[in-house]
Amino acid sequence: MSQPVAQEKIRKAPTSVPDRLFSSLSQASAATILLLLSGVAFFLTVVGWSGIFGDIEGMSGSDSFVEYVGPLVFGTVYAATLALLIATPLAFAVALFISHYAPRRLAQTLGYVVDLLAAIPSVVFGIWGITVVAPLLSKNVYPWANDNLSFIPFFSGTASTSGRTMLTAGMVLAMMILPIITAISREVFLQTPRLHEEASLALGATKWEMIRQAVIPYGRSGVISGAMLGLGRALGETMAVAIILSPSDGYFWSILTNQNSNTIASNIALKFPEAYGLDVNRLIATGLVLFLLSFGVNMLARRVANSGFSGAAG
Amino acid sequence: MTATMSPPQSQVSSLTTGKMHRAIPFAICVFSIAVGVVGVYSIGGFKWGWMAIVAAHLYLLLVTIASRVIEDRRQATDRAMRTVMTIAFTTVTIPLISVFWKVIAEGASRFDRKFFTGSMRITPEDMLAQMEGAAVGGALHAMAGTLIITAIAGIISVPLGLLTAIYLVEYGKGKLAGAVTRMVDVMTGIPSIVAGLFAYALFELFLGPGTRSGLSGGVALSLLMTPVVVRSSEEMLRLVPNELREASLALGVAKWRTILKVVLPTAIAGILTGVTLAVARVIGETAPLLVTAGVAQGINLNPFSGRMTTLPVFSYYEYVQPGVPPETGIARAWGAALMLVMIVAVLFTAARIMSHVLKPKGLK
Amino acid sequence: MTANSEIDMPAQTAGTTHSEETSVEPVIAVNNLNIYYDKFLAVRDVTMEIASRSITALIGPSGCGKSTFLRSLNRMHEVIPKAHVDGVVQLNGEDIYRPDVDPVTVRRRIGMVFQRPNPFPTMSIYENVLAGMRLNANRLSKPDADEIVERSLTGANLWGEVKDRLDNPGSSLSGGQQQRLCIARAIAVEPEVLLMDEPCSALDPISTMAIEALMEQLKDQFTIVIVTHNMQQAARVSERTAFFNIDEPGQPGHIVEMDLTEKMFSNPQEKATSDYVTGRFG
Repeated sequence: MSQPVAQEKIRKAPTSVPDRLFSSLSQASAATILLLLSGVAFFLTVVGWSGIFGDIEGMSGSDSFVEYVGPLVFGTVYAATLALLIATPLAFAVALFISHYAPRRLAQTLGYVVDLLAAIPSVVFGIWGITVVAPLLSKNVYPWANDNLSFIPFFSGTASTSGRTMLTAGMVLAMMILPIITAISREVFLQTPRLHEEASLALGATKWEMIRQAVIPYGRSGVISGAMLGLGRALGETMAVAIILSPSDGYFWSILTNQNSNTIASNIALKFPEAYGLDVNRLIATGLVLFLLSFGVNMLARRVANSGFSGAAG
Repeated sequence: MTATMSPPQSQVSSLTTGKMHRAIPFAICVFSIAVGVVGVYSIGGFKWGWMAIVAAHLYLLLVTIASRVIEDRRQATDRAMRTVMTIAFTTVTIPLISVFWKVIAEGASRFDRKFFTGSMRITPEDMLAQMEGAAVGGALHAMAGTLIITAIAGIISVPLGLLTAIYLVEYGKGKLAGAVTRMVDVMTGIPSIVAGLFAYALFELFLGPGTRSGLSGGVALSLLMTPVVVRSSEEMLRLVPNELREASLALGVAKWRTILKVVLPTAIAGILTGVTLAVARVIGETAPLLVTAGVAQGINLNPFSGRMTTLPVFSYYEYVQPGVPPETGIARAWGAALMLVMIVAVLFTAARIMSHVLKPKGLK
Repeated sequence: MTANSEIDMPAQTAGTTHSEETSVEPVIAVNNLNIYYDKFLAVRDVTMEIASRSITALIGPSGCGKSTFLRSLNRMHEVIPKAHVDGVVQLNGEDIYRPDVDPVTVRRRIGMVFQRPNPFPTMSIYENVLAGMRLNANRLSKPDADEIVERSLTGANLWGEVKDRLDNPGSSLSGGQQQRLCIARAIAVEPEVLLMDEPCSALDPISTMAIEALMEQLKDQFTIVIVTHNMQQAARVSERTAFFNIDEPGQPGHIVEMDLTEKMFSNPQEKATSDYVTGRFG
């Protein structure tokens, strides 16, 4: 008599109306995320299409899209690479300092300080960069580098007196991506198995030798993927570059002059508010290029991270 | 058994040979600072930056040489690396201090009544006063805009992100969950200006070209905020021990009630922390709003129509188009920057405190 | 740490429970050693001597501080934040805790094998053996390196098993082989003392026997101190045994008795020792 009732309840419970409602609601949210992202690609392509293949007559300047976006891609990659070259060694050292050199009690606070650096809005970094960093460098460093190092192509040309150069932009960008590289590196350094560290110390290794023997091999892939994520962020960083860099059309290698290739993001920020007609579509098309660029770099970063850890885990 | 306790003298020193006395690095440090200060001063006057650079490098050089001579190559490398790490960390704190110092020093001058009560709809009298150098104009419209646009972003992102996280942790298995996890990864890396362009393109398709509104700004920000909310909530939900879920389910509680009554309350502190950090991340965004919400001079409280300014956009425009004379505009830019930094710092600190205080006992 | 840096320690004030055994030359002499984690006193007032070229076993119930004590013998204890000691530990008559002594030098001369095998996962078997040598020698010639690897692996009874796959990662070996690889790595730098912290507790019985046999050989060259949970193991391999105990949880561990192993297991002087070795507690 009681058995059928119990069975009925059991059958009923998982399919009760609120239960189904709730699970479909959460499932729908998850699906929305997929929709959103394909939406980004879709809408950018639709609106950007006429910017790539539309009538050049309708746009300012007479470049084809490739001619238009070429210097921007160059500038974007150049600025981001410069930032990466400055930030990675620094971030590596800072992460090691926090994870292995600073007193334990301080380590957390120091990590917080570096995280705080990440929280500063980019517009603030931009204004700070152009009022503090640019004059400082253009007064103290650029003339000297220009006088003594101009045989290297990067330091040739007429040194900027305003400091609105690729190097300044790269340095400020480096400050902005440093926290993410530091945070990820610090995390993997702290995860180094104690056993390996102690094995090294017990062999009579100094601290640095222990780090080279146990910590760096373990954390290498983490540092690389952190750097790649930092690169992805530097590629898309807009305001600091828009405020600091003095842009020109074309490809420029020199990092000390007022003539610099602009970045995609900064170009959009500078031109978009005043753009109309097909120019808008073209700017959106450059945005699509930027999206693909940073998408590629981020994918690569994840791949590095995933491939590296499996080796260290064994 | 004690007969052979006294070891030969040669062995005695073996543990300590080549250990540098701890006073030596200290002496080198003092010496390096002295040389840095005096040397730079005698060449070019008080230049703190150069003094620090000279002193740091001199210390690095001398301590390595001293260690190489007194100790050995390995100790020298060890000391050199330790010094390099310390110098690197100090180097990084300098810009941080400089940013805060500059923002406070420049921004505090505009923390007056007008700044918090007025917009940039400036009366002709004020315009004249500005010519004389008076501080006029305010950021009230930008503060209102920041509040409205961030609220829109939050209203979209928090439920969407939280429900997605619940799906991933409590229900998600198979293809959809895998795809969503990967897509959230991709979303985390979307450049903020691309998010703005997306919102612009979306609204243009439906409402015609040139549309600017607070709503599209909010949509742009939500695209940046959602992945952060998903990630942090997911992490927190996964920390909830399975025993709790099983205990509830074993009592015959339905799954959705288990999630709402047991899982969420356990993880709520972490989720709130994550949401706060997500807000802190998007509240300073400039680029996406530049292309979606645009810039307005006056207060606009309607997110569905018309341009709407936020604090970062206001700060940017006041800096690049400061008007005449430029000082007053630039002062407004710094004022807005200071306000932004304060908001972010408060959110950041609040998140930290929340995660410490609200953490339920028993969760690590 | 004590300021006492006098070298010539006069005759030991022999602990009451130390028996009058045959005169041996102590390599390590510990005097009134207290070991702390921050403010917590983990081990109190240990005085002992460790004889050269022999195996000394440290036994005792869990939490009695025998591993902590072992780690304080080569200054690995202080790797843990806020951990410190006071008292004197002499290596060949010289206090290793003197302020001007570099722990790196100490560890170089007192090697250690850990509870769980810990070969460096990113290095090959070959490089794992050389890990310690690489730290010191500027450039190790290939023949020299080969010779050290062969000698150390032979010394660790592992050469025959791995000689054809020296380039494989250290983590590719079985647990017992990994532990012997770690022993090879430790003896490659030719330390005077080898500390072993429950080296067999993560291993199966066959591997355990292999390690025990190895220890028997190694004691001709090295002074070995082994912490073990396994009383049979202590009885099998060691010449001398020290029994550590703890009065109750939260109290510091201390040494109860130390004597020739034979005597410790047949006729200990303390009741606690006989209770423990006969399996009445622990």
